[in-house]
Amino acid sequence: MRILDALNVHYRDLNKIVKELINSGESEIILKNVHGQRYIGAGAKGNHKLIIEGIPGNDMAAYMDGLTISIKGNAQDAVGNTMNSGRIIVYGNAGDIVGYAMRGGEIFILGDVGYRVGIHMKEYEDKKPVIVIGGKAGDFLGEYMAGGIIIILGLNTSDAEDSIGNFCGIGMHGGTIYVRKHVNINKLGKEVIAVEASMEDICIIAGYVKKFSHFFNIDFHSVMKEKFIKLYAHDSRPYGKLYAY
Amino acid sequence: MLTRKSEMLLHEGEIRIPSGCAISGIINKKGKSFSGEDIIKSISLMHERSNGLGGGFAAYGIYPEYKDLYAFHIFYDDFNAKNITEQFLNEFFHIKACDKLPTRKVPGIADAPIIWRYFAKPKEGKIMDLQLNEDDYVMWCVMKINSEIKGAFIISSGKNMGVFKAVGYPEDVAEFYMLDKYKGYCWTAHGRFPTNTPGWWGGAHPFNLLDWTIVHNGEISSYDTNRKYIEMFGYKCTLQTDTEAITYIFDLLVRRHGLPVDIVVSVIASPFWYQIERMDYRLRALMKAIRIVYGSLLVNGPFSIILGFKDGFVALNDRLKLRSLVAAKKGDFVYVASEESAIKIICSQPDTTWYPKGGEPVIAVLDNSDLIGQKAWLFKNIIDMSINKDIFDNDGIYGNIKVTGKIAVNGGISKDFNKEFNKDLDNDMPEDIELLAEVESL
Repeated sequence: MRILDALNVHYRDLNKIVKELINSGESEIILKNVHGQRYIGAGAKGNHKLIIEGIPGNDMAAYMDGLTISIKGNAQDAVGNTMNSGRIIVYGNAGDIVGYAMRGGEIFILGDVGYRVGIHMKEYEDKKPVIVIGGKAGDFLGEYMAGGIIIILGLNTSDAEDSIGNFCGIGMHGGTIYVRKHVNINKLGKEVIAVEASMEDICIIAGYVKKFSHFFNIDFHSVMKEKFIKLYAHDSRPYGKLYAY
Repeated sequence: MLTRKSEMLLHEGEIRIPSGCAISGIINKKGKSFSGEDIIKSISLMHERSNGLGGGFAAYGIYPEYKDLYAFHIFYDDFNAKNITEQFLNEFFHIKACDKLPTRKVPGIADAPIIWRYFAKPKEGKIMDLQLNEDDYVMWCVMKINSEIKGAFIISSGKNMGVFKAVGYPEDVAEFYMLDKYKGYCWTAHGRFPTNTPGWWGGAHPFNLLDWTIVHNGEISSYDTNRKYIEMFGYKCTLQTDTEAITYIFDLLVRRHGLPVDIVVSVIASPFWYQIERMDYRLRALMKAIRIVYGSLLVNGPFSIILGFKDGFVALNDRLKLRSLVAAKKGDFVYVASEESAIKIICSQPDTTWYPKGGEPVIAVLDNSDLIGQKAWLFKNIIDMSINKDIFDNDGIYGNIKVTGKIAVNGGISKDFNKEFNKDLDNDMPEDIELLAEVESL
């Protein structure tokens, strides 16, 4: 295990050191006093563990392939941008475009997230990206979503409050969004169909909620006792006809 | 930044500079002054968001000894421009004090213009001649100098405040102007990453008119529509960039048209029509009226801005939130910045941190601000409390507020009232509904 103090270290220097440690086979790296350094863990490969204390900068874990990153605090924009595999656990909130064009791996966030989370997520065969959000999401959740799973738990929201923002799933043509408790259909894009989650869906959700409960020490049963709404696209090629002739 | 076409500039396609400015703002709501060190630290942390082609700061409360005089900061290309401008200033103002703006030599800052500072009082007789009020008179003079005197640019023209800007990274700009030596109660800052224009000193942010300043991250696709509208009211867009238009929009709507800041926010980042259709009938009527009257002032395109003025600041995102903005509060301080880390570096444990939605303003003003009177206008003229809460719910930035003013009833009847609201509007709901009922029954 290696502990690094990131205070006043430029992101290029910090990421160079992290990369060297990963290449040398260091299995666990702890970064303390992180203040907005960008691209941490970007493009990193392997089974290494990275623990970040502070606020990592934008594009954390972009193109990441395999690492497990825990953030003891809030994260900024574009967490897991085009991530390929691995796991990110945020013990706080995250900003806009979490999981932008994500292709695989898992992101768990205890708190709220910003706008355009899961924009253009995609899946292929066994590659199925997943984002689980404990709090609520901003507008444009799952915009142009093409694959993968987003689960919104809305744990800190009241019954009157929506856990999704406006334009949810707008342009969606694949993948699934599960929302706990309720969904205001005025907030959905017109490409989206909302139904109550089936038993099969609940089994899928339960698998991820189990992990979520474990990471954040939250009671699994109290999360699962509420119903879930499933959102999916009514057409996998909504614009096919538009461009056909 | 979007620019007007000019042959001296490289056109789009000839130059490619990726976008991503940085903005930051701090206020002490009690009006207590603090040095520029915090804002410098905050904006410098976001170094990667700028590219060294512009940085700047606005500072409020820095000239208490001259607080009743207009403080002009002026860039001159040469001494000829300075002579002509000073002749003009002497004709229209009593110059009570002036000096070369103190600067240091800094490696990162080159090609500085000649920078002077004047503390001036408008000549009464001239104001009478032109039949303008004092602020309009100063605005007229600023527009005249900026558009007609070649090589002279007034970059700052408010009272007890100043704008400091240059081509360079913000931390170098701060060093150049020695901002660690100034003390103010409200600061905003900008690190520039110009998208379509090569940077120049006048084009750095903040943009200013009177005590309004704007720092802006984004670009305005509605620039020409907005510009054409405000030009009808005597504003001249001379600085080759879209951001100055927002400064003039606020001056026009708040100072000259007397609209509350909250309403102005609904003009420039108005709700969508489909949202308006779902509003309470009174708010719907108001929003429709706003969109019809001020449709030309809707600011389109991605932006996050901080509007500074003597009472504090308003931070705002475009309604689709295409730029980032984070806010936090600690005691009497309110912070906003493009990135959360830029707040945490100067305030490690805020009381609250939040992420404003698109079109949802962060309004942080001095506790003794007049704005409260403006809010009273809103409270009474239009809407009921539940809607108010919707619009103004920004984590209780207002704190406890005293509302005094007139209640418009109908048919020109009005009534004075005086009331204190708790920051948690919910607690006040029953009383306010009563108040409203009382008004309606008159």
